[in-house]
Amino acid sequence: MRIGQRVLLASVGIYLLLFFGPLAGFDLFRVIGEIANKPSTLLQQLLIGLANGSLLALIALGYTLVYGIIELVNFAHGDVYMLGAFMSLTVIGAFNVDKGSSPAIKATAIVVAFLSAVVFTAGVNALIERVAYRRLRNAPRLAVLISAIGMSFIVQNVGLFWGSLRAFFPIMGVNSAAPKAFPDLIGRIDVFKDILHIDVPIAFNTKDLLVIVMASVLMIGLRLFVQYTKLGKAMRATAENRDAAKIMGIDVDRVISFTFLLGGALAGAAGLLVGLYNNTAVFTMGFTAGLRAFTAAVVGGIGNITGAMLGGMLIGILAAFSDQYFSSRWTNAWVFAVLVMVMVFRPTGLLGESVGQKA
Amino acid sequence: MNKRSTYLMLSMAVLVSLVLTACGGGAAAPATGGTIKVVSDLPMTGSSLGQTQTIVNGITQAFEATGNKVCGGKWQIQFEAHDDASAALGKWDPDVVTANAKQYAADSSIVAVIGTFNSGAAKLMIPILNPENLAMISPANTYPGLTKPGKGEADEPGKYFPNGTPNYARVVPADDLQGAVGANWAKDLGATSVYILDDQELYGKGLADVFDASANEIGLTVLGHEGIDGKAADYKALATKVNELNPDLIYFGGITQNNAGQLWKDIRNVGYAGLLMGPDGIYEGAFLEAAGDAAEGTYLTFGGVPPSELQGAAATWRDSYKAKFGSDPEVYTVYGYVAGTLLVDALERVCTAGGSPTDRKTVRDAVFATKDFDSVLGKFSIDANGDTTITTMSGSVVENGEFVFSSLLGGG
Repeated sequence: MRIGQRVLLASVGIYLLLFFGPLAGFDLFRVIGEIANKPSTLLQQLLIGLANGSLLALIALGYTLVYGIIELVNFAHGDVYMLGAFMSLTVIGAFNVDKGSSPAIKATAIVVAFLSAVVFTAGVNALIERVAYRRLRNAPRLAVLISAIGMSFIVQNVGLFWGSLRAFFPIMGVNSAAPKAFPDLIGRIDVFKDILHIDVPIAFNTKDLLVIVMASVLMIGLRLFVQYTKLGKAMRATAENRDAAKIMGIDVDRVISFTFLLGGALAGAAGLLVGLYNNTAVFTMGFTAGLRAFTAAVVGGIGNITGAMLGGMLIGILAAFSDQYFSSRWTNAWVFAVLVMVMVFRPTGLLGESVGQKA
Repeated sequence: MNKRSTYLMLSMAVLVSLVLTACGGGAAAPATGGTIKVVSDLPMTGSSLGQTQTIVNGITQAFEATGNKVCGGKWQIQFEAHDDASAALGKWDPDVVTANAKQYAADSSIVAVIGTFNSGAAKLMIPILNPENLAMISPANTYPGLTKPGKGEADEPGKYFPNGTPNYARVVPADDLQGAVGANWAKDLGATSVYILDDQELYGKGLADVFDASANEIGLTVLGHEGIDGKAADYKALATKVNELNPDLIYFGGITQNNAGQLWKDIRNVGYAGLLMGPDGIYEGAFLEAAGDAAEGTYLTFGGVPPSELQGAAATWRDSYKAKFGSDPEVYTVYGYVAGTLLVDALERVCTAGGSPTDRKTVRDAVFATKDFDSVLGKFSIDANGDTTITTMSGSVVENGEFVFSSLLGGG
């Protein structure tokens, strides 16, 4: 795009925003007034957005990892994340813990749930790749995409079925499709007021802290892994040029399987965290989360790991701000409007680089 | 399975009747007997199933009371329960509703449809069935605009009836009553300021709009009115915003399937200690399960009387239902039963008048001609708009994880 065109587009965009924005709750003067009136709310929503964004980013990483390596939008990924939440719910149910249990039992239950969810979803994701994608490796890209959508439906129905197994897992409740109550295992202790004894009008509790810390650790860990290990190097090589990687002696199929394992593991971790954070697990949760996470991956530049993290945070914060200052009725519209704007000005996403089309 | 044995029974009955007609000389004119089909159209995939399965039970019970026969045993009723939900949405699906409606319209053996459950689904189905004069009786739709002129959009309900004659009746009171009753109850509970949320669906938003208008009318301060995304993972940001305004009461117009449970949890978790109120869309076991502890103390309005409070004939019905199906009826079950008995009554009247119960137009007119029908809920008529004349509403409150009847509200 030429500079002149960009300036024109940008001014049209800004004009439309100021003119029609108020219809969707974006009234600049009112928003500025509200922020000036009570700045602590801004910080509060920033924290909420950050926590939600971290969770989105964890899921977005799964999309971006897979896309980076085989250029496939793995639509089943969101649903694999849902299975992660169901697996952790099942394990926690087996421990028979709830709010009142002793901290030691709670911690054990969480650790076991974390491990089983991560192993389970990693396995499921790799299995999906083996069954539904590998045979289509050299087929037209559309075929794999449709196959991915099909897997998404299958996994969603597995979740629905799982929810009906109350005879084996009483924690699933009486209604197969209803949202399941996820036990509230992490206490809600205010970090500022009760631990640091600082009097601020912002609520930030141990749950938010856990989510942000866990998500950050996982994301940074992944970043380091891909950057500095041999396997990470193989992943990057495969992403760069599959044929050349093969020539250099890299077992491409194994690397791809491993990528799916890794993505699935992150989805499982996200499933457990969301369960602990929102205290709900429902079989449709993967679809919406998947959609937003995919948007986050695209905004950040799909295929780019740092980009997915950035996109997740950005969308989490934007959604929180829209709920507070614009109108929650329009939150989804704002999120996707930002996606459109990013795509117009940077078609490869915020941090994406244009990669040559692979044969 | 139950369904299979019903089919078996029905097919045997058809066979027997064929043999009988054959023995009787075989010259039977089509108008003197045979099979007529009635279908129900309810969301039976997803968490609504807990409720809708009991409605189907209620309808079955109504038909079985007459041995699945009408007009002195000449006509056999064949009842089929259809599903208008999809697994992908976990609730009613517009595509499925439209496809179902087209199927009913095309199958000339269907003389009446009992449904839908969701008002949004009715909006799609009525205009497809109307040109075929196919009668539709809803046991659960409460959006006012479906029947009442001036209570919904400007072109409602006329736009649902392309051929000009309404074919849609309902046996539950509409939400123009429920929303107003809710606002009045909020005032009685001592609230002076309210915040209103809705799930942006026809039913939920319609209800919230009526609540909004009524609240303004009776002098409550409406601090805001927002819509939520029924699929969002959480509502912490919105709950924080609402909590800062500190309303005495938060009203949610919507259904459990649009994430009411999560909304409740997040509102309570940000420290909101005021009152919470919702409509009959969350008046079901699935809501209690989804919201958990957060549901405690929630006030609920319902366009009818809860099963536990049914009196007289209705109480007898409740006990017979329990004996037959082994579980308590849900709140809409009795309306399924009433819709079934109303249809039987209409078909009987068609026969008495010498008409044929296979003629859709006659059946539709008979449904609309219902006058002082003696149902288990008391005598009622279907008015010219297709509404029931019953207006009793009730309020319940959640105590220790259960719905507890609180008081009768609104008209008598």
